[in-house]
Amino acid sequence: MAASRPARTATALYLRRRLTNALAIALSCATAAFGLFFLGWILWTLGRKGMAGIDWNLFTRMTPPPMEEGGLANAFFGSAVMCMLAVLAGAPLGIAAGTWLAEYGRAGRIAAVVRFVNDILLSAPSIVLGLFVYTLYVARSGGRFSAIAGALALAFIVLPVVVRTTDEMLRLVPAQMREAALSLGVPQWKVTLQVLYRAASAGILTGVLLALARISGETAPLLFTAFGNLYWSTDLSGPMASVPVVMNQFAGSPFESWQVLAWAGALVLTVFVLLVGLAARALLLRNRIAHD
Amino acid sequence: MHALALPARSAATREHRDARTDRLFRLALAACAAFVLVALAGAALSMLWGGRHALQSQGLTFFLSAEWNPVEQRYGALAPIWGTLATALIAMLVAVPVSFGIAFFLTEVAPRWLRASVGAAIELLAGIPSIIYGMWGLFVLVPVMTVHVTPWLNDHLGSAPLVGPLFRGPPLGIGLLTAGFVLAIMVVPFAASVMREVFLTVPARLKESAYALGATRWEVVWGIVLPYTRPAVIGGIFLGLGRALGETMAVAFVVGNSVRLSPSLLEPGTTIAALIANDFGEASGTYRSALLLLGFVLFVVTFVVLAVARLLLQRLARREGR
Repeated sequence: MAASRPARTATALYLRRRLTNALAIALSCATAAFGLFFLGWILWTLGRKGMAGIDWNLFTRMTPPPMEEGGLANAFFGSAVMCMLAVLAGAPLGIAAGTWLAEYGRAGRIAAVVRFVNDILLSAPSIVLGLFVYTLYVARSGGRFSAIAGALALAFIVLPVVVRTTDEMLRLVPAQMREAALSLGVPQWKVTLQVLYRAASAGILTGVLLALARISGETAPLLFTAFGNLYWSTDLSGPMASVPVVMNQFAGSPFESWQVLAWAGALVLTVFVLLVGLAARALLLRNRIAHD
Repeated sequence: MHALALPARSAATREHRDARTDRLFRLALAACAAFVLVALAGAALSMLWGGRHALQSQGLTFFLSAEWNPVEQRYGALAPIWGTLATALIAMLVAVPVSFGIAFFLTEVAPRWLRASVGAAIELLAGIPSIIYGMWGLFVLVPVMTVHVTPWLNDHLGSAPLVGPLFRGPPLGIGLLTAGFVLAIMVVPFAASVMREVFLTVPARLKESAYALGATRWEVVWGIVLPYTRPAVIGGIFLGLGRALGETMAVAFVVGNSVRLSPSLLEPGTTIAALIANDFGEASGTYRSALLLLGFVLFVVTFVVLAVARLLLQRLARREGR
């Protein structure tokens, strides 16, 4: 009798632990299903509503006035121009700053501060960067919205992404490579440009691609820098259309032709962003294999 | 004589030149690194500078009053500040348990072949531009909220004591609750992938010792993995919170954009970021200044949250010896 009671409580305890475990596992499966469910739902909505507007006109015609047919050619062009300018401005600066962190700053205190600030900049709200460029540039040039201002705002998003990946990728380059080059009497700048960049090129390019994927969907920083433009424009000092801003304007409108265009733009944009992200990941994977 | 001296002299000048180029190279790189610091400081100061008129004319009432009246030049920012905090809080209430569950699933529960694909799918969710979440929320989630969720909440929670006023409201579908939920769906992949990464840093021998003693998977995660990674997990949560606080487009579509303080989560409201996105283009004078000041407030709040997140994440990294 006295021996069976501990045995019974032990069985009860065992059962309770098993039950708790089963419940926790069931809940974790449910949360994973929850995440996948919403991913599926969003992609399905995007595909269903976006496919309706995908045709040749989308890429060849301008954004239309309400109730009329048209395309997003000027928006695609504007997005491409501003993203390209942003990468051209932000990437070299980011690569240089990342190189300083990895090669000169190393584990020092100043480098720690720069890394910390860079990480904050990396996740800072993008609308704040739009406001920054507005006061820095647009307000100074008489309140004139311009493609340059838009590209500048996007460049501030490119910068921290590239800094971080460059820093990480250069630190992955084996120290022997630096030592071998330096022992031959090669100056530091040449070692960096011709040895280290070559070894880490795939990784650095990954960072640039990740930054491109991120800025091509950004809306908030463009709202009051590049503003928007219903017409074809190649003037960098004037307002320029971009896909996300047009989507923002068209999606909430009561006009059906505008809504169709907004969803078509959303589909093209998402496919582009996912493809660039995929390319970045594939590149990183290949780089890692090459290092092992 | 000449033949010998010439290479020696040119070698010396070359060394000299290389040393100079090295110094220049180093300075140029350091200037770029310093630019990162300048960019963040510049962003903060430019908004404070732009908001100085509003701060001077409104004083402390800017933070204490809920009266936002551009016509009479009275700006009290309590409504957007409350909206920002409320939507972020709702988002975290949903996102924290869900992303913990996903990280648990991806590190301990799922069979190995499933981990990579589900992990990649969750990260796919993180790559979708935020405006798409907003459009999806407006076209898909808002009707669901109108028809099903809002009436249910009104019937079942609307008359509850204490929390009742939060869930009483018209079936509009747009509002703080919808915005918070869209934010939750956006934050989940970020928080989940951070948690998964830190869970993977737990030494296998710790987990295996626990399994060898007969611990269940849940006991390993709750008793071994979580205590080992707690600061980094909280850091990941704060990273998600920083994102939820500053998100603009996803919120602007579904929050209703009404600058009015209401106790109900079902009525239209606004957040700092959504208010700036909607009104900044047409604002001028003190109104513009007030919006810039709001931007500064948003910046300071997210800065603090993100700084805490980074410090907590660094603590685990330091223990890892990275």
